[in-house]
Amino acid sequence: MSMGHGGGARGDLRAAYDRGETVCVIGAGASGLLATKNLTEHGYGVDCYDRETGIGGAWNWRHDRSPVYDSAHLISSKAATQFPDFPMPDTWPDFPRHSQVLSYLERYADHFDLRRHIWFGTEVVRVEPVAQGRWDVTTRSTGGVTERTHRYSAVVVANGHNWSPKLPSYEGMDSYSGEVIHASAFKDPATLRGRRVLVVGAGNTGCDIAVEAAQRAATCWHSRRRGYWFVPKYLTGRPVDQVNELVLAARLPPRVRQWLFQRVLKLAVGDLRRFGLPAPDHKVYETHPIVNSQLIYYLGHGRVTPVPDVARFDRHAVELVDGSRIEPDLVVLATGYLPQFEFVDPDLLGVDEQGRPRLHLQMFSPRHPSLAVAGMLQPDAGLFPLVHWQTVAFARWLRMREVDPDRAAAAVARFSPPGRRWHDARTKDTSRHWFETSRISYLRALQRLLDELEPSR
Amino acid sequence: MTRPSRTHPSRTRILRRREAALPVPPVAREVLSARPAVDEGRPPLLLVPGFGAGAWVYAEHWLDHVADRGYPAHAMSVRGHGGSARARRAGLRAYVHDVVQVAASLPRRAVLVGHGAGALVVARALARYPAAAAVLAAPVFGGRLAGWSTVGRCLVRNPVGTVPAAFGGPLRLRRGQLFSRQLPAATATAYRQRMCRAAARAQWQLLLGGLPEPPVGDPPVLVLGSPDDAVVSTAALNRVARRYGGAPLLFPGMGHALMLDAQWREPVEAVLDWLDKGLAPRD
Ligand SMILES: Cc1cc2nc3c(=O)[nH]c(=O)nc-3n(C[C@H](O)[C@H](O)[C@H](O)COP(=O)(O)OP(=O)(O)OC[C@H]3O[C@@H](n4cnc5c(N)ncnc54)[C@H](O)[C@@H]3O)c2cc1C
Ligand SMILES: NC(=O)c1ccc[n+]([C@@H]2O[C@H](COP(=O)([O-])OP(=O)(O)OC[C@H]3O[C@@H](n4cnc5c(N)ncnc54)[C@H](OP(=O)(O)O)[C@@H]3O)[C@@H](O)[C@H]2O)c1
Repeated sequence: MSMGHGGGARGDLRAAYDRGETVCVIGAGASGLLATKNLTEHGYGVDCYDRETGIGGAWNWRHDRSPVYDSAHLISSKAATQFPDFPMPDTWPDFPRHSQVLSYLERYADHFDLRRHIWFGTEVVRVEPVAQGRWDVTTRSTGGVTERTHRYSAVVVANGHNWSPKLPSYEGMDSYSGEVIHASAFKDPATLRGRRVLVVGAGNTGCDIAVEAAQRAATCWHSRRRGYWFVPKYLTGRPVDQVNELVLAARLPPRVRQWLFQRVLKLAVGDLRRFGLPAPDHKVYETHPIVNSQLIYYLGHGRVTPVPDVARFDRHAVELVDGSRIEPDLVVLATGYLPQFEFVDPDLLGVDEQGRPRLHLQMFSPRHPSLAVAGMLQPDAGLFPLVHWQTVAFARWLRMREVDPDRAAAAVARFSPPGRRWHDARTKDTSRHWFETSRISYLRALQRLLDELEPSR
Repeated sequence: MTRPSRTHPSRTRILRRREAALPVPPVAREVLSARPAVDEGRPPLLLVPGFGAGAWVYAEHWLDHVADRGYPAHAMSVRGHGGSARARRAGLRAYVHDVVQVAASLPRRAVLVGHGAGALVVARALARYPAAAAVLAAPVFGGRLAGWSTVGRCLVRNPVGTVPAAFGGPLRLRRGQLFSRQLPAATATAYRQRMCRAAARAQWQLLLGGLPEPPVGDPPVLVLGSPDDAVVSTAALNRVARRYGGAPLLFPGMGHALMLDAQWREPVEAVLDWLDKGLAPRD
């Protein structure tokens, strides 16, 4: 696709081509597609840019930056993950594979005719505020040099937060003789065959890769720096999130729910110290849920050896904090991801000293609400429904801004201060939990906003 | 084109616990399709029959006629009806699920067409799927909106066929309720013999149910029916149409079964004309 609608550059890079009421969407992953669909449905023109050549973002594993690996399946079940107005086929399994998720996103894009709004191979390099809450967005064709600037009435940043590796630095790591990669570079399980593998990190990625290594590698060590709760994918023969939803329907106070769920896990999964894992150093819900039924199984079969945190590397060995030494020939750092917003002034996103953005209702820029981030959430359930309602709310907010800018500003300010959390439990204070969100609390907050923005009142 | 108006309950509820906790189980669904000779990019029509009827009611005439006018046409049977799998305990939510599943499986945004109680199913599906447009033909809506007058009329004209339905039994509509005199008696009898029954729970929900949530995506909605329909009164038609911000399109002389009656061609032509006008291909 060519940049046929551009023409703004024409020698003078600063002359922005004015796109009127059109909204710019950055990214064509799930969140960007949702934004594009819901904005066009509310009558807005959309220019959506993606630096890749196809849609799907994280779920398109052909993309270099995709964090998805061969065995990746949803951890949130189908019913909790699908878009609220375009369900996955009910014949699909409870937990579809990554390639099914991609085909679902592709069908969504086709069904709602979204591709005509998307400019592929186009990277957004700058987003700058101009007068009246409007924005100049500068793009560059991926790998190219020519820049173009367009002016938009609003911007939705949907660039994802699971592609820029969070890399720990260990003494001696650079001169290690074995191979060290971040999980984002791990795709093909064949690379594990016959090797001695150390997996660092016990988030969902680390646990999945440890399970893969258990089936293929010669040896698998799995290192984590704390004890966790492991949630099985099924309870009573149903996806665990459905069971959880039934419990939620009983409207128990959060503390009682926490206690109850902890009891259930102790019964269903048991005492993990038997498997050589430390007991959790926190209550359930206080770290991002790890949903994995297989890790315990492979621990019990001796195919995965649990080890503590890494202390340092020397040329041929990895030293652990308990002083023991192991000699893996492949180290996979499944230590998570960090958000990246290089194209926008951090102030606009209320970024603090640690690098954590602080937004109104985890979506609106604290400076100009016409800049919103979609999908900057790490929910305890599927992400897509939350982003659906985020983007519907943003479209309605734009409508209200047209007729009553003061009321629109007040509707967002109600969610002050920026950076407020929508979570029932006190999560561990690590970057892993910057965006931790409880689906119920967040949907309730969004419902309040939507009610306020309702056109008929 | 008519637009939904303030008569809608204006609130879309976004926390849907029941749907998250107890998803509707999958079933095999019957879908009959007719495609236009050349695909000119028009939206597909998904035809949803009323309680007791299956995709076959549309396959008689409308399906091919729609395709001949250039629109891909699909007629479906909700669970427990026609050629779809049996489902004795299904409720309205399961029927709505079936419609949305089929709609989402089509390559483009669909126009949903519902008849009788199928119009209520479609109206509820509109809250779960942003249809390109919707047609509510001889709509049988629940409780407040049209149900009581509809029930009343059925009771007066056909007590034997109606009373059992109130106790979870089958609803048996008489020939005179469904068809005009122009339809040959033998044909009418054959049609009536093909009818089955909806699940008892769905019948109850139809009777007592509240108003459907507002549609998503602001689709244009057309309401049509017959002033001589012995099931749906003109007053009920008006109420439904007003809810969607318009007046009903009327086809005098026809019975309730608009797609099977002798003059079946008129309403479907009107629907397609309405679509031709309002859904002109975009840029
Ligand atoms: C292994 C794994 C499994 C997961 N499993 C689940 C699950 O089970 N359920 C669930 O709900 N979520 C899951 N997630 C979370 C997942 O991130 C979301 O489901 C979803 O993919 C996020 O979509 P997004 O559109 O917000 O971001 P992304 O999918 O990352 O898309 C962002 C897009 O923006 C583009 N982009 C970025 N910067 C620019 C720029 N400057 N200019 C132009 N384009 C740009 C990128 O190319 C990309 O296409 C999982 C994540 C991982 C890593
Ligand atoms: N559907 C799926 O199957 C699936 C699969 C993978 C990922 N995901 C999702 O993708 C997102 C990212 O998951 P992720 O597993 O890649 O990352 P993550 O959840 O951030 O987990 C990172 C892990 O690495 C550890 N870690 C981080 N920094 C470390 C350091 N310096 N030294 C030692 N350990 C360190 C963390 O420990 P602490 O807890 O102590 O910080 C944690 O155990 C999550 O939202 C997740 O749910 C889903």
